[in-house]
Amino acid sequence: MAVTSQPTLDEAALVEQSRQGDTEAYGQLVRRYQNKIFRLAQHITQNREDAEDVLQETFLKAYEHLDQFQGNSKFYTWVVRIAVNQALMKLRRRKNDKSVSLDETIDTGEDTIVREIAAWDEDPEQRLSREEIGGILDTAVQSLEAPYRSVFVLRDIEELSTEETAEALGLSVPAVKSRLLRARLQLREKLTRQFKRKGDDAFAYL
Amino acid sequence: MLTCKDFLRELSDYLDESIDTQVRARLEEHITACPNCWVIADTTRKTVQIYKGMDPYPVPQDVQDRLMAALERKIAAKKNQSGESSS
Repeated sequence: MAVTSQPTLDEAALVEQSRQGDTEAYGQLVRRYQNKIFRLAQHITQNREDAEDVLQETFLKAYEHLDQFQGNSKFYTWVVRIAVNQALMKLRRRKNDKSVSLDETIDTGEDTIVREIAAWDEDPEQRLSREEIGGILDTAVQSLEAPYRSVFVLRDIEELSTEETAEALGLSVPAVKSRLLRARLQLREKLTRQFKRKGDDAFAYL
Repeated sequence: MLTCKDFLRELSDYLDESIDTQVRARLEEHITACPNCWVIADTTRKTVQIYKGMDPYPVPQDVQDRLMAALERKIAAKKNQSGESSS
């Protein structure tokens, strides 16, 4: 088998080389995904220190269990699943609280809240800096409860499919869908308060 | 005619374009006639879009260094282990 040392080796080759103990190959996989995993960990744990731990534990665990990676899902999806588990564990430990349970029973999916009905500024970036917008987006996500936050982060920030999200969180597809809807509507509500066009909130209450 | 509540229930699938064309046609009929739902659909679509455009957080150099050092220890330990078991 010819082994090339191009920097853009495909993922399957990198995984295979990592399995054989190639530190550089695994380093490439880590560098490829660490920023996304770090973001996901911060969103779920809502704590910088925990997110750093989750990042490290995720890539160590992934390395340790590389033999179990089947190759029928993407490496990234597989790593996300590990990261989500690690992050939820941290969250439970820190909060020592049953409200972070992802049990399906808490979800009715019915009472979707819509209060703010107003069109947005065409381009919020003209009025607000990138940092200000980033701050608004982060605060809004952090205000979601864990079951909605996790689904939203995986589906709309990390852009996993509904099925991949369901698998990573151990939820059914309908549960992912109903939580995603709730999360999106709650965020829409919060962002509308920040981004609505001046003088354009005169629409009737639904 | 769909109610606003019916529309909201389908909103996510509508935005993700994961509904069949018949349902889609009924939803579009509803938002053409209902300005509130039109605004909700539009601002929800923008909500999803604005998050998709977010940059990932760069991992600080010191965190990265610690991660790489931990990995190297792990890889060395794994190599030793398999070396012992195969000999």
